[in-house]
Amino acid sequence: MRKSVLLCSVVLLVVPAGASAQVQQTEKEATEARLRALEEQVRALQTLVESLRAAAEEAKATPPPPGATTRPPISGGTAPVNAPGEGGASLPVYGGAPMGAKLLNPDISAIGDVLGSVGKNKVRPVPLLELHEMEVGIQAIIDPYARGDVFISFGETGVNVEEAYMTFTSLPGGFVARAGKMRAAFGQVNTIHNHALPTIERPLVSENLVGGEDGIDDTGISVTRILPAPKGLFLEGTGQVFRGDSADVFTSSRRRDASVVGHLRAFRDLTDSTNLDLGFSYARGHNDLGDPFITQLFAIDTTYRWRPLRRAIYKSFLFRNEFVWSHREQVANLQRAFGLYSFAEYRLNRRWTVAGRFDRSGRSRFSSLTDTGFSTILTYWPSEFAQIRGQYRYTRYAQQGDANELRFQFLYVLGAHGAHPF
Amino acid sequence: MSRSRIRKAGIISLVALIAALLPLPFPAASKLRVVGSTQDLAALAQEVGGDRVEVDFIGRGYQDPHFVEPKPSFLLLLRHADLLISVGLQLEIGWLPPLITQCGNPRIQVGAPGNLEAGQFAEILEIPTGVVTRAMGDVHPLGNPHFWLDPENGLRIAKGIEGKLSELRPADAAYFAQRYEDFAKRLKEAERRWDGQMKPFRGRKVVTYHRSWPNFAKSFGLDVVGYIEPRPGIPPTPSHVVEIINQMRRDKVKVILVEPYFDLKTPQSIARETGGQVVVLMPSVGGDKPITDYFKLFDYDIGLLVRAFQATQ
Repeated sequence: MRKSVLLCSVVLLVVPAGASAQVQQTEKEATEARLRALEEQVRALQTLVESLRAAAEEAKATPPPPGATTRPPISGGTAPVNAPGEGGASLPVYGGAPMGAKLLNPDISAIGDVLGSVGKNKVRPVPLLELHEMEVGIQAIIDPYARGDVFISFGETGVNVEEAYMTFTSLPGGFVARAGKMRAAFGQVNTIHNHALPTIERPLVSENLVGGEDGIDDTGISVTRILPAPKGLFLEGTGQVFRGDSADVFTSSRRRDASVVGHLRAFRDLTDSTNLDLGFSYARGHNDLGDPFITQLFAIDTTYRWRPLRRAIYKSFLFRNEFVWSHREQVANLQRAFGLYSFAEYRLNRRWTVAGRFDRSGRSRFSSLTDTGFSTILTYWPSEFAQIRGQYRYTRYAQQGDANELRFQFLYVLGAHGAHPF
Repeated sequence: MSRSRIRKAGIISLVALIAALLPLPFPAASKLRVVGSTQDLAALAQEVGGDRVEVDFIGRGYQDPHFVEPKPSFLLLLRHADLLISVGLQLEIGWLPPLITQCGNPRIQVGAPGNLEAGQFAEILEIPTGVVTRAMGDVHPLGNPHFWLDPENGLRIAKGIEGKLSELRPADAAYFAQRYEDFAKRLKEAERRWDGQMKPFRGRKVVTYHRSWPNFAKSFGLDVVGYIEPRPGIPPTPSHVVEIINQMRRDKVKVILVEPYFDLKTPQSIARETGGQVVVLMPSVGGDKPITDYFKLFDYDIGLLVRAFQATQ
């Protein structure tokens, strides 16, 4: 009995002591396991922090490219709603970027035109190198009823407001009116700005009969309307009244010496890729001899275009002719001169075009003198905003000998220059 | 000429002028005339407008929408239009403004009720940050304008068109709303189908010619890793072509997406070098004959892509 009591006492004393030691051992192991797990987690976090830091530094070092894509989650339905900071993702942008105060500024552009010339031309000499012009364009919508366009050309010899007019776009009856200084709607080439010409200089007929580089460019009012015509035919009539001062073509010595210009344009798509453009123009005004002396100009222009729609940026062809008749009253007689040019241009690929032009024109003051010439032109576009052009020009001036010239042009566009009418 | 004749001629001229200035009679029950600057917008307008609208468009689906010629014949479309829908974000900056100015139609001038820019409704990607210059090429400062290539954006644009048509013709608002609901339902179903078709190829890397596909790529899980144009609007140079070939080899890219208006010579030579495949993907409705509406545009493109990915597994 005593033995049993003693054994029980020993068991009672030993078992708890052993159990306690076992529990302590288990706790120690668990603590160590937790520590190891924590260590691993810390190491993982350290790695994550390092990689994030490296990514942030890399992003700082290289600013995002312009085309960096934001990839917000696609929101269902039509409502462009995403809670700010939702899921940590960047917010989608609807309706374009905010432009702040610049939104109401007009579009401003500058087009530089640098010319060079080698060879011989004693009749109309040009310098070896010149900044021919820097055309600054300022364009904007004025209000719900009109827009404004201003083109100022800065050259080495001075500043000229080439065009500055407002266009009334919301007139009833389908009329479009302009008021201000503008290039007259006389033929095709007279309406084109220098930098948009397909050649370095204007054709001989413009030089001899239609006022040269400035052309018929005067302050006045213009009204245009699309006219009723059979289906598929575009017919447009333009009437313009000017003060009467345009280069050496028209001169106004009194308030009533206004000049007028009329233009009728017919256009038809022959196929999806080809079209035909036909124009008839008339201009009348006083010339530099004074009040009773009138100059009248008549012109016909034709343009054929081919531009395959699928390959429009690689291939195109244009064939244009303009015929101009000048009736200039002079003290002794009426000078009736005639001139024309014929121009063809072919686009070889996205960057290169070749072109050729034939010129023949009498002179407005001496119609018996006729100048003749031809040009070949090669143009290269590094991008849409720059152009390099070379032109060989041969001219036979009546009674003044021949001219052989190699001309070249560097043209570049800064800013947002609005599209020109077709 | 006697005074009475002069007076008579004056009165006749005045009457003719007043008659010309009076707005043309416009019967209330006639269809709204809608012109889309692109065929995609015209297709969406047709979906919503149904038989209450007469829809036309300027740029064709296979044309480069940056370089449409602003021909006078388009003025004939615009002068009678009640609504002009344009893409916006300066996509049409080179050709649409002179058409709007010259058309003689006050209803569609900028700011008038009949002038609607679709870009305002869409989710816009690739908005440049920081300094924007032309050194980046012909970059669009307001973001990538090819946004209609995400069906979700198509839905948003359709909703915008529905609102505008209802504003212009309130009597038909319920009709336009019902048409929109129907379009939305059909588009959601189609989206599930397209997503299912593209699911096995999500994450596939592709190279594209121009930056026309960010919305499409985002919508269908493609990863555009390079462009054949070194900068938007700049033709590929030999050194850039070598870079693209190396990148395609490195990243194991096998598919090159090209719009129908770009020359295939360079993409095909790159494909030959890399063992890849050129896919002429249509960015617009009307790009190819079978693509007659907005649904068929995605049917067509996804069909082409699935075949190309399967062939280049």
